[in-house]
Amino acid sequence: MSTVRRVNTESLLVRCVLIVLALGFLFFFLGLPLLAVFAEAFKQGFGPYWHALMEPDALSALGLTLLIALLVLPLNLLFGLAAAWAIAKFEFRGKSLLTTLIDLPFAVSPVVAGLLFILIFGRQGWLGPWLQAHDIKIIFALPGMVIATMFITFPYIARELIPLMQSQGKDEEEAAVSLGASGLQMFWRVSLPNIKWGLLYGVILANARAMGEFGAVSVVSGHIRGETNTLPLHVEILYNEYNTVGAFAAASVLALLALVTLVAKTFVEWRMQKETEMLSAELPPERAPLAAVVQQAASQAGDGKLEAARRSPERIEK
Amino acid sequence: MTRKSHRVLPGFGLSLGYSLVYLSLLVLIPLGALIARSAQLSLADFWAIATTERAFAAYKITFGCALIAAIVNGVFGLIVAWVLVRYDFPGKRLVDAFVDLPFALPTAVAGITLTTLYASTGWVGQFLEGVLGFKVAFTPAGIVVALIFIGIPFVVRTVQPVIEDIEQEVEEAAASLGATRGQTFFRVLLPALFPALLTGFTLAFSRAVGEYGSVIFIAGNMPMVSEITPLLIISKLEQYDLPGATVLAVVMLVISFVLLLAINLLQWWTANRHSGRHIENGVQA
Amino acid sequence: MHKTLKLAFAAAALIGAVSAAQAQQKEILNVSYDVARDVFKDYNPRFIAAYKAKTGEELVVKQSHGGSSKQVRAVADGLEADVVTMNQPTDVSFLAEKGLLAADWNKKFPNNASPYTSAMVFIVRKGNPKGFKDWSDLVKPGVTITLPHPKNTGNGRNTYLSAWGWAQRQPGGNEKTAAAFVGAFLKNVPAFAPGGRDATTNFIQRGQGDVLITFESEAELIAREFGRGNFDVVYPTQTLQTEFPVAVVDKVVDKRGTRKQAQAYLEYLWSKDGQENAAQNYLRPTDKDVLKKYAAQFPPIKTFTVEEVFGSWDKAFNAHFKDGGSFDQVYQVK
Repeated sequence: MSTVRRVNTESLLVRCVLIVLALGFLFFFLGLPLLAVFAEAFKQGFGPYWHALMEPDALSALGLTLLIALLVLPLNLLFGLAAAWAIAKFEFRGKSLLTTLIDLPFAVSPVVAGLLFILIFGRQGWLGPWLQAHDIKIIFALPGMVIATMFITFPYIARELIPLMQSQGKDEEEAAVSLGASGLQMFWRVSLPNIKWGLLYGVILANARAMGEFGAVSVVSGHIRGETNTLPLHVEILYNEYNTVGAFAAASVLALLALVTLVAKTFVEWRMQKETEMLSAELPPERAPLAAVVQQAASQAGDGKLEAARRSPERIEK
Repeated sequence: MTRKSHRVLPGFGLSLGYSLVYLSLLVLIPLGALIARSAQLSLADFWAIATTERAFAAYKITFGCALIAAIVNGVFGLIVAWVLVRYDFPGKRLVDAFVDLPFALPTAVAGITLTTLYASTGWVGQFLEGVLGFKVAFTPAGIVVALIFIGIPFVVRTVQPVIEDIEQEVEEAAASLGATRGQTFFRVLLPALFPALLTGFTLAFSRAVGEYGSVIFIAGNMPMVSEITPLLIISKLEQYDLPGATVLAVVMLVISFVLLLAINLLQWWTANRHSGRHIENGVQA
Repeated sequence: MHKTLKLAFAAAALIGAVSAAQAQQKEILNVSYDVARDVFKDYNPRFIAAYKAKTGEELVVKQSHGGSSKQVRAVADGLEADVVTMNQPTDVSFLAEKGLLAADWNKKFPNNASPYTSAMVFIVRKGNPKGFKDWSDLVKPGVTITLPHPKNTGNGRNTYLSAWGWAQRQPGGNEKTAAAFVGAFLKNVPAFAPGGRDATTNFIQRGQGDVLITFESEAELIAREFGRGNFDVVYPTQTLQTEFPVAVVDKVVDKRGTRKQAQAYLEYLWSKDGQENAAQNYLRPTDKDVLKKYAAQFPPIKTFTVEEVFGSWDKAFNAHFKDGGSFDQVYQVK
């Protein structure tokens, strides 16, 4: 990350107060619950914990949870990019309305979200009789669970990107286009690098939410052991049948999966840093390396050779 | 912001079209199904179910607690995001990763754990009740606690990339013009962060309005006192009263929609006011 | 790394699905309530072995567990359950109402189609410090009761009907005295837990309340999880006998051609083996001999049924738990 050496920052006192406030808040509302989850999970030692996780039902639930996240994320990612592009870079009528509609799934109670798809795909729903006649299973099977999760995580990536892209304006893209870059080139070389953090956070949030979702999935899952039970559903069943260790062990896995973000983010940072180092060896220090590329391209007579402009520093480096 | 700019950047038709199709299939049609289902009731029946004394109490509790939780998250989320981007301290990366935890943890686990912590025998509850005489678990305060928990990532994660994006030059310029750090923050930085902050607040608020799984464990669920609307919806479903459940769901939907629309309009207004200044800065850079 | 892990699991899931499809075994799905996993985890292998010995056919039984009403709603909406094994008769009746099974489903098997029963009992703190003996002790001032939501949970409903039934069966008791009694009873409840399990957690782990009312069968689960030294069980003078109705889902078995298997699956619950399995899971067997064999864990208890006091489960449900029913009337806002 750009842990830039700051010229201007707050006084030491203010910094300490803010850090204490932030950490205190996170400790009380995040740290303690997390500690409590692990305390319950390891109450009887590591053996029962491991045993609970290696249960076939738990493993298949974990597999299903990951599979659903894997199917849902690309679709919502594509939507998030498209919606944010349209909303942040263009002016059109009904923009606020569109944004509001994108927000709406947040406000829909997860249980109601599940219900929506029952109303459409259920036996008594709009498409139910047709689906039954053709023996197509949507709800109480994987497709229904994927759709419900898509609904729940629908706004995350778009909503993460919109304020960011808005604050960036569209000068850089316009520059790239006026230099003759194609739409795709502009997107890959200018827009994407600019929004990488927002995009990453959006994916991380949507992923976490997709894996942790209980309410909506619970309604459309059918809870078939080893088949349509996700990890959160597994947690609930174990808890209800007085298997506290098993329930919290499964929950702790979900918590750990959330920490995968740590790995992802560190990795991306590391890659970015390397890239920046390469570029900055050649170019004057600038805000975003690719903004610099655009500027450099501009100085190169603008004959549409963005590609060459971008490659050249690396080549020189080697 | 003129018509001409439509033509400069490509992909407007494609991105908007795709967004609208996806939105319609995944959100609008299903919500339409919900509204259609509730419309099977006569208007009088609809009104009667939607406006019982108990339903009103539940709306008040649901929206009130969500609002308080979103405000708390707005304030602390901004601080957390700022601290995570701007300062260095040991364990920062770990803390940064923890922020997403409330999403990955199933809401029921969050509810159970928070209740255990905040009940009169819990680590926190013992202190709050014993020393301050303040009961959290099984009261509306407990609802707020659960809603704060589930909303933490929103504000942090929407504000964070924008802080990362803020140009140093702006702050430096302000400082060189003699602004104190406080002035720079409130006059320069906060306005730039405001749209993202408001987005985070909106998301945390709307998520809190619909939340069910974590709240019911800690709420106490007493009618008129600590009963949230999603619980009333479940209660209807438990009575196999699907139309009744859809009525309450539609009421929630309409209220949320109006609130969200108002906030979004406010946001576009402030963003547009601010963006003029910002773009100029961008050009200077 | 995250991604490869995911891919690996996806592949594993696919392989699992394929291999399941390859083995051409008959499968039946048992949709059940949430605390029943242990019961059927033990029962299914017993049944599968017995069925194979009798017919030579290899069967696979899949399980689905969740909140009772939620489960039957799923079945009504298309979850293909061959059999349902529930803990509330109203849930099975709901399926009959939706045309998925015959209206006289509870006549198709003995004992009202309930292979075993349980009863509502009091769980009190070790040594019973407040000296609870009967329902009347619970309405005294200063007592706090830990209870799941009476309108939304099976456990809460059974407790509510149990208290109501007890009051109505007292000398001079009638609906009015029962309503007054239940009103006083609810006054001593400071919070409604969202489910039976959470009421237990509130009582045992969070120290809430003087008494918890739950199924006799759950007392054993509580003992296993939290230790036997933590609480005592008190049997009131009279209490509600709770049922665990089972039914074959006609619409589904006819479509899937699994009627024979489904029928055999449920019938076996009444066999000596099935009854022993119930007893080992602390559910009271309906078979007299098996009950006698396990007498040590089932003290004699005087029970009444919902039919005796309320006519039928459906009537009880409509009169007490529907919006505007007796619960809404007797409950007073504190």
